[in-house]
Amino acid sequence: MSIGHALLGLLEGGPRHGYDLKRAYDERFGHDRPLHYGQVYSTLSRLLKNGLVTEAGVEAGDGPERKRYAITDAGVTDVERWLATPEKPEPYLQNTLYAKVVLALLSGRSATEVLDTQRAAHLTTMRELTRRKTDGDLADQLICDFALFHLEADLRWLELTAARVDQLAVEVTR
Amino acid sequence: MTLLRAEGLAKSFGKTHALDDAGITIRAGEVVAVMGPSGSGKSTLLHCLAGILPPDSGTVHYRDRELTSMNDSARSELRRTEFGFVFQFGQLVPELTCLENVALPLRLSGMKRKDAERAARDWLGRLEVDGVADQRPGETSGGQGQRVAVARALVTGPKVIFADEPTGALDSLNGERVMHLLTTAARETGAAVVLVTHEPRVAAYSDREVVVRDGRSRDVEFAR
Ligand SMILES: Nc1ncnc2c1ncn2[C@@H]1O[C@H](COP(=O)(O)OP(=O)(O)O)[C@@H](O)[C@H]1O
Ligand SMILES: [Mg+2]
Repeated sequence: MSIGHALLGLLEGGPRHGYDLKRAYDERFGHDRPLHYGQVYSTLSRLLKNGLVTEAGVEAGDGPERKRYAITDAGVTDVERWLATPEKPEPYLQNTLYAKVVLALLSGRSATEVLDTQRAAHLTTMRELTRRKTDGDLADQLICDFALFHLEADLRWLELTAARVDQLAVEVTR
Repeated sequence: MTLLRAEGLAKSFGKTHALDDAGITIRAGEVVAVMGPSGSGKSTLLHCLAGILPPDSGTVHYRDRELTSMNDSARSELRRTEFGFVFQFGQLVPELTCLENVALPLRLSGMKRKDAERAARDWLGRLEVDGVADQRPGETSGGQGQRVAVARALVTGPKVIFADEPTGALDSLNGERVMHLLTTAARETGAAVVLVTHEPRVAAYSDREVVVRDGRSRDVEFAR
């Protein structure tokens, strides 16, 4: 899961403080793995260095927790590219895919597009595995089948999510 | 080369809009998976493409002929000579042996029994079910029955095979075997396959996929 992209996506809704971002992230994506403050601030300073966010006002006092961060145009472009690029098809992508869908919905982009792009990438990999399996011996078949069943599970999730995109849009933007 | 092209297909059953501006393009020899959730309109699309069901609006072209404006007999002639069909089940004539079932399309085209049965036996062999030639479909396993059905679809040398959930009633292993044999045989003979399935592992035998959702199809490759 790319925390940088998730934070950028959350910043598209408006400037926020670091602790605010952490809260928003944990609420949406961090159910079983909340972010550490250290992670948030090191990620933000990297984004700052790369020009993807800027400081949008500092409150009295000192320390990083006083700063508000805003996404830049370059940051928006970066989120866009991230959403449009399928994840490398491998098992256990649920966190990243879920975050992409939610962030697409939050920013008014097409979540269906995200899901379709990912489906195509998954199927391409499944075709390669199927070809390898067809040409291979029993060991190849069993190894490829293992990967195929896992990728199929991802695809079933993509389907189910695609069927519920409208419902999810209502919930995440409430 | 484009073999089949459907544009702007709409089809309603009463208040149900099964298809709503669906389109798809099939090129010679390619295997295209038509995917999508149950009830999304996949079978209706396949039936319209194959000239089994007339759409309410839109066009289907096979090569340079428009299926949608042909008369019934021209259309069934086209289906008999150019198309082959495999469904989930129930397509074999229960009273005939498997060999007679496979020979049937050739007999209907006027071929002599001996020649038809020789060709049929050859196809049963290619699908690795020559052992059930003299059995009736009811006496075979599900996997064997589907292979016989594939043999029957291929025996006339069709240019397009329409397969609607051909593995839907089979377990994984038998389903994969049928898909392997079907796609291998189609590739050897140069037949295109329109493969309707909601199973990703079955779709993985295709060259590309078209997704149907709410009666609309997204042919990514040919998106306008
Ligand atoms: N002959 C029919 N009469 C009434 N409704 C139908 C008929 N065929 C299909 N439908 C309806 O049209 C929609 C699409 O069906 P279908 O093409 O069979 O979907 P799929 O093959 O994707 O499951 C469904 O809502 C289905 O109930
Ligand atoms: Mg169907």
